[in-house]
Amino acid sequence: MFSFVIKRLLGLIPTLLLVAVLVFLFVHLLPGDPARLAAGPDADDKTVALVRADLGLDKPLPEQFVNFFVNAAKGDFGRSIRSKRPVSEEIAARFWPTLWLTVVAMIWAVIFGLIIGISSAVWRNKWPDRLGMTLAVSGISFPAFSLGILLMQVFSVKLGWLPTVGDDTWRHYILPSITLGAAVAAVMARFTRSSFIEILQEDFVRTARAKGLTETVVVIKHCLRNALIPVVTMMGLQFGFLLGGSILVEVVFNWPGMGRLLVDAVEMRDYPIIQAEILLFSLEFIFINLVVDVLYAVINPSIRFK
Amino acid sequence: MSLSNSPLATTSETGAPLPPPDPAAVTASGQKIRTPWREFWRKFKKQRLAVYAGVFILLLILVAILAPWIVPFDAENFFDYDALNSPPTWTHWFGVDSLGRDIFSRILMGARISLASGFFSVAIGAVIGTVFGLLAGYYEGWWDRITMRICDVLFAFPGILLAIGIVAILGGGMINVIISVSVFSIPAFARLVRGNTLQLKNLTYIEATRSIGASDATIMWKHIFPGTISAIVVYFTMRIGTSIITAAGLSFLGLGAQSPTPEWGLMLNEARADMVTSPHVALVPSIAIFLTVLAFNLLGDGLRDALDPKIEQR
Repeated sequence: MFSFVIKRLLGLIPTLLLVAVLVFLFVHLLPGDPARLAAGPDADDKTVALVRADLGLDKPLPEQFVNFFVNAAKGDFGRSIRSKRPVSEEIAARFWPTLWLTVVAMIWAVIFGLIIGISSAVWRNKWPDRLGMTLAVSGISFPAFSLGILLMQVFSVKLGWLPTVGDDTWRHYILPSITLGAAVAAVMARFTRSSFIEILQEDFVRTARAKGLTETVVVIKHCLRNALIPVVTMMGLQFGFLLGGSILVEVVFNWPGMGRLLVDAVEMRDYPIIQAEILLFSLEFIFINLVVDVLYAVINPSIRFK
Repeated sequence: MSLSNSPLATTSETGAPLPPPDPAAVTASGQKIRTPWREFWRKFKKQRLAVYAGVFILLLILVAILAPWIVPFDAENFFDYDALNSPPTWTHWFGVDSLGRDIFSRILMGARISLASGFFSVAIGAVIGTVFGLLAGYYEGWWDRITMRICDVLFAFPGILLAIGIVAILGGGMINVIISVSVFSIPAFARLVRGNTLQLKNLTYIEATRSIGASDATIMWKHIFPGTISAIVVYFTMRIGTSIITAAGLSFLGLGAQSPTPEWGLMLNEARADMVTSPHVALVPSIAIFLTVLAFNLLGDGLRDALDPKIEQR
């Protein structure tokens, strides 16, 4: 198990390096001069040159890259152009609201996705299947931003049951997490259904039934574990989707998270923030995929020994 | 080049998930010749929902093409100041927005933008991804490793994040949105085609083609690529839905189409301010995006079931 994790970690190195290079190059791909952007529109050439030296942008590219890499490893991404505060501070304040939102959304998406998917597979082509799959295909077709706006309109504005914006209490989490998780729940439901249908046709299921086990035990004890393997993989892939989707949901619900910070930063061309955020989002995604790989090996022992 | 396919494999390629729809592979079963096309149509028309979805999409395409000639009002420059935020009426079928523009006309014109952004972004991604996937699967080795590593990296960015990054570099506007959305379709197509190529290239008919002296380019283009088409078509259809949502999302964030363009995501964003008093202004573009994406997803499901030979047994 240990060597499996080490092997996976080593396999990440080239990916991480390429991500770092891309994020580093990002600044140099931006149209215009980053030094001029940082110095502000009224600065004269002398100030711009000073700022350029200060940011280290006058050094040769490889040296800049090494500096960027070393600083990034220390968590130093420079200062925000807009607020002049260190980027790490800006992001630290926004990190947890986004993480909690995605985690809550993931938890309920998995629960609902599994329940809908399993009942659709067990009662295949009956009404629970029809209902479940109609919900699921609607879920993947409804964009998160319009779902959020409509939910807010109904439950916060019309009915007044839930708060509209902010992240102060658990009740603030209900609508944004439902909005964010809906599409994932839908994907999980469809995926669980198809993997469950395949498993229900396996020989061991017939054996379990033949020895007189109740259908509940067959489904929960014998099928679920086997069906979980593809479902866990899907979960990892969907987490990235959630991180991306959180950008839109945060804008709709005015959530004080990283997504809104990113959108504001793009509008303001606040490139140090954009750079750090893209790196952080990617790291998070890569890390989650690693966790999924490990989970996968825990569930399915045959993978560990390949 | 690996030549690991066992000489004992005398049975035909029944194990291949997606046999090539090559006319030469037709099986004459007595009365009626079962061409791949007929076979596909026979299975496809059984999926009633997918057929309806296909008809809906065809109608939508027609409407999108004819939109400039059939809209009742100018979508960008007509302002009915007496009916601001008016709910649907006989003059304004879908109501009027906060600036007095006719929502029906804007939805029709918006269909052009959404369909075009969905189609072109996936098409660009499909073409580039397919070429890279074919080369990677066929030659394997270092080229394959580099391609797949780049795909991993692209996959390491959540789609919309990648798109936002690219829009940040290129600036807003629909063309840049299409480019940025297409980029994250590339790795998906590359992987799909590579996987299919790896399976197909070890089949006997490819070996036969090689033994009569066909060049690599001919083998890839004429013999392997047709075998991957059905998978590409299914994925293409499903991907259009996702891409329409992503493109609309970017416009919703203010990073795509700019006012007064009648882009659905942008319309939704502009409607948020008056959500409390006139929810229909936001509801109409929401429904438009939903129905369009739903149609593509249902069509994709139907195509998948019709093109996947494994489905028949169930």
